[in-house]
Amino acid sequence: MKKRTILIALMLCVIFVLPAFGAPRFKVAWSIYAGWMPWDYAKDSGILKKWADKYQIEIELIRMDYIPSVEAYVARQVDACVMTNMECLDMPAASGIDSSAIIVGDYSNGNDALLVRDNLQVRDLKGKEVSLVELSVSHYLLARSLELNGMKEKDVKVLNTSDADIGPVFLANPGQKAVITWNPMVMQIEQNPGISKRFTSADIPEEILDLMIVNTDVLRKNPELGKALTGAWYEVMSVMTQKGPAADKALKVMADSAECSLAEYKAQLKTTAMYYTPAEALAFIEGSSIKQKMDFVRQFCFDHGLLGENASSVDIIGVQYPDGSIQGDVKNVKFRFDHRFMEMAADGKL
Amino acid sequence: MSARGPFNLHARPKKWLQTVLSFLLFALCLGLYQVTAMVRHAENPQDKIVPTFGEMAEGVKRSAFEPDRDGEIRLLVDTIASLKRFFISLALLIPAVILGLYMGVFPYFELLFLKFTTFFDKIPALAILPILFIIFGLGEVSKVALILIGVFPTITLDAYLRAKEVPREQLTKGLTLGASHHEISLRIVLPQILPAVLNTIRLNFKAMILFLIAGESLAATVGLGYRIFVVRRYMAMDIIIPYVVWMSLLAVGADLFVRFYIRKRYPWATVNK
Repeated sequence: MKKRTILIALMLCVIFVLPAFGAPRFKVAWSIYAGWMPWDYAKDSGILKKWADKYQIEIELIRMDYIPSVEAYVARQVDACVMTNMECLDMPAASGIDSSAIIVGDYSNGNDALLVRDNLQVRDLKGKEVSLVELSVSHYLLARSLELNGMKEKDVKVLNTSDADIGPVFLANPGQKAVITWNPMVMQIEQNPGISKRFTSADIPEEILDLMIVNTDVLRKNPELGKALTGAWYEVMSVMTQKGPAADKALKVMADSAECSLAEYKAQLKTTAMYYTPAEALAFIEGSSIKQKMDFVRQFCFDHGLLGENASSVDIIGVQYPDGSIQGDVKNVKFRFDHRFMEMAADGKL
Repeated sequence: MSARGPFNLHARPKKWLQTVLSFLLFALCLGLYQVTAMVRHAENPQDKIVPTFGEMAEGVKRSAFEPDRDGEIRLLVDTIASLKRFFISLALLIPAVILGLYMGVFPYFELLFLKFTTFFDKIPALAILPILFIIFGLGEVSKVALILIGVFPTITLDAYLRAKEVPREQLTKGLTLGASHHEISLRIVLPQILPAVLNTIRLNFKAMILFLIAGESLAATVGLGYRIFVVRRYMAMDIIIPYVVWMSLLAVGADLFVRFYIRKRYPWATVNK
């Protein structure tokens, strides 16, 4: 009896106490989205663990719903989280959490879309209800589509609809003429007769970016976290770009996790412009167009009170680019496009 | 004196101590909150998760006294929209009471409705929310329907049980005195069960509010629940917390009103309180 007690006590020590002395642990949150499924594969295939081991850290990947994951990141319950440039600006950055985008994974190239009934044009939406998740990227897409058609947001009625039910609810209510949502809902809705895609994120390329965001303080103290994440990411990217069974096997894991078929997942990837190599992502964030695209996004955020309802100007938050230039308040830089890790990956130094 | 401590059945704290005890936990919560807010703000002056009281006062000012970017007083339009949904649902609970009463006195009603209502009562309304939106559309009907599916059967079953408790002798007595069957149910049984049923409705306010918020979070353009879910997108806890406090105050107000009404209207039912 006594022996067994000691044994159990020892085992408990190993389970609970040892990790405290072991490698530093980091929590990374992710949510289901075509462009983020590679993270799940990185975990599933052991690639993430391999890279974490290489830099002698431990990374716990946690799957969450999207907004709760960003909230957890803002509350510093997780050290890193995947999110779009828009949420990064209006949630952590606007809450004073200095955040660094270390991986620019893709931009939405059709994953977000405005779908209409009766073949309506954007101009025909005047006075009509549009279902969407208010203040999300969908709302941004609405603002941009109206703007490009010489209209104002006041011209339509926004009906806030939860993303959980937006597809079936739109399909069941023929009175609803327009809906804006993202994939996989876009795919489900457009498969039905009488519905057409009117405006998509492909019409505003490289404006909606999907990023791996790491808390800048954590990253400064632990650059290993950035290295391990970036290394794992681009290894998965290289698996995905190999044609043939190896890539399909990886894509199947991602499709299963996203609860769709391989064909469906491949279709979603077509509307997700992945930057498969670090060089492609670097070319974009080190170029000049990104500042103009980010300006659209931050202007939208400011106009809708997302930078704080009493924010005095669009410039209250500083956004830093790889060339060191800062858009907005130099003294309040809270959103940084950090190219260093992708550069190391490009140079094969990881 | 010394024996009259917290665990003494005859304890009678002094007047000042009574007041202190009643408000102690409120003060403690507020104090704890303020300390947390200060600590977080010392670390990050832009913290939005735990706004200071000053920031929340600003949020209230913006919500309640200044027109928002659509030119509306946000708190006012939200409150009106939500109260409207609440009161319409409340009015539609009157048939629930009548149904329960009939089930309690008329065997045909009991046979037809009892099993079904008992089953229906156990359906988790929130789980069938998408179905409701498909059947009732995205307008007001679906929101009221959700509240009713949530609490209607509960109220009916309560009224039924209370009606069953009324001694049968009273019904017989009524009949011998020449009352019609309808008079017996509406003028002998109903007045006796009403105070208890009103009390049950009062206790179900919480459930009603929960269903109201759930409905408003899914598809709406206005409402207290709607606002809380939308401003969550930019972590505006300085608006969410005052909204939650405001909703609680409204609920407490409604609760107190019903209690007051029962005490005034049915003093016999509250004789020992």
